[in-house]
Amino acid sequence: MPIHDQGYRHYDGERSALGRRWIVIVRAGVRTMFGKKPFMGLLLLAWVPFLGRAGQIYFSTSVPQAATLLRVSPTTFLDFLGQQNLWVFFITVYVGSGLIANDRRANALQIYLSKPLMRSEYIFGKLAVLMVFLLLVTGVPGLLLLLLQILFTGNLTFFRDNSHLLPAIALFSFVQALTFSSTMLALSSLSKSSRYVAILYAAVIFLTQAIYAVLRQVTGGTDFAWVSLSADMTQLGSAIFRVPPQYTTPWPLSLAVIAGLIVLSGVVLERRVRGVEIVT
Amino acid sequence: MPEVDPVVTLDNVTVMYGRQAALRDVTTAFPAGAVGLLGPNGAGKSSMIKCLLGLVAPSRGRMQVLGLDVARSALQIRARVGYMPETDSHIPGMNAVSFVAYCGELAGLPRVDAMQRAHEVLFYVGLGEARYRNVETYSTGMKQRIKLAQALVHDPDLVFLDEPTNGMDPRGRDEMLELVRDLAHAKNVNVIVSSHLLPDVEYTCSHVVVMDKGQIATEGPIAGLKQPRGRVFELRFKIPAGAGMSAGAGLSADAGLSASAGRSAVAGITFDAFLEQLRVAGLECHATDDDVMRVFVPDDPDNPGNTVNSGARDIFRIAAAARVQIRHLRPSVPTLEDVFARAIGEE
Repeated sequence: MPIHDQGYRHYDGERSALGRRWIVIVRAGVRTMFGKKPFMGLLLLAWVPFLGRAGQIYFSTSVPQAATLLRVSPTTFLDFLGQQNLWVFFITVYVGSGLIANDRRANALQIYLSKPLMRSEYIFGKLAVLMVFLLLVTGVPGLLLLLLQILFTGNLTFFRDNSHLLPAIALFSFVQALTFSSTMLALSSLSKSSRYVAILYAAVIFLTQAIYAVLRQVTGGTDFAWVSLSADMTQLGSAIFRVPPQYTTPWPLSLAVIAGLIVLSGVVLERRVRGVEIVT
Repeated sequence: MPEVDPVVTLDNVTVMYGRQAALRDVTTAFPAGAVGLLGPNGAGKSSMIKCLLGLVAPSRGRMQVLGLDVARSALQIRARVGYMPETDSHIPGMNAVSFVAYCGELAGLPRVDAMQRAHEVLFYVGLGEARYRNVETYSTGMKQRIKLAQALVHDPDLVFLDEPTNGMDPRGRDEMLELVRDLAHAKNVNVIVSSHLLPDVEYTCSHVVVMDKGQIATEGPIAGLKQPRGRVFELRFKIPAGAGMSAGAGLSADAGLSASAGRSAVAGITFDAFLEQLRVAGLECHATDDDVMRVFVPDDPDNPGNTVNSGARDIFRIAAAARVQIRHLRPSVPTLEDVFARAIGEE
């Protein structure tokens, strides 16, 4: 008789409750990305601006001569999040382009959706993978900078005077992550090639920026800034951080464009993420 | 024997893909055990499975799997069933053991249990030695096995296998069929095997549902379906020298004999009389390609189940009266192929 039977055995252990399987997707997605050395390099590079800003906060609080030149204000935090847009772009492309496209290429959707997993859970799980990494280079360092500011000054004066900063950093980085993640996820569901998706995403970002640049030249103003996704994000950031806006476009219009993009992405995902590809 | 509830029931189910009907008013039940879902390509087999998994919503009708309503409890059903898709499917970038464990976790198993089950199931399907290889490097046969492994990792009560031997070499195919048979017969897992390969279904299943053009063509236990309402005999005979001859070809055609069967029988008046007497006795005659004639003897309502003896006696008696020598007479065993062909209207 074998010590351990390697045949099929019935399982009578515990099973997790329905509706929580998206966590499995997030955990596997995050683990997979952390296992990739190039991605770890990209992630470390994305934290370099944080070190610069941390230095700025340190010197502004510790060296009186530098306090005027390196003054820390709510704009410092908004500028930091704006700076991170470059890394947000790279990480969105690196992590997000294959999230659904690769599953479609490998016919994995029918595997996922034959499990006790709702379509919304699958989408939410994939969305969360990208959002985790985007928040890791925006919201997390942003909040850490605020903490450093409190620690280096040794009092809560700045924090009390700018009590809106904590929710502002959290809200803005969340909106940023949600907007770019949902857009990328929708594009990823349209193709089986992650490269094609990456190109498509870059086209969406840069094309809207280019159209806005042309309109600005033609009109001589920034009324059409809402055409550019990046400008919309900047405008919304200004409103959330209560700093003067960069463009004349009203921020509710920018908010409407961003909300519309998220809704559109949701509609695309709803149509594209199915266990059966129906060709009529 | 106590009546066992069916594991799957469909009640007037219609599925439309646009204007195309994939299933038309299908009403059937799959009993526990191993059931074959047979049908030519495009018959609606895969559509039925996807419907039962809740991946496609029917435009009409009700379905139950393991006693649960598909429309209301799709997730609960999917937690208790396994699905091996027809096409190559895997989660990209994972090795076999990670993939199967991941599927186990998706099905609700704790991480440690899922990993342990993944190892066990991979050994069971014969991929134990290759379990750390990336799934994308697998051969077609190995991909079939890993699809089976991911369907079994959470220990389902029912497994849907869609064309499980697709693209496998003969040895791999035999091994896969052995696995399916073992699951159904030794491991008490209910199995529904969708296939267009009749020998696969005949080897693994005891019950069959035959589909054609989105409808149920026939269904029932294979043994019962193969048993016609009567008995078929294979028959070779010879007309003795000196018996009268006539234009046998036309008569042969009437009797359903092939040219070769007609030649070996040496058609003639006696042959005519023989065929006529067979017909009068209520026996149907059909030719085959193998130089033999098939004679169908209907069941005797007064003496059911005794067709073999009485049928053979009748044929011998009629042959003797027509002075025909019977050279070969044996009961013919109908195949599942016969059942399938009859069900979908092929001769």
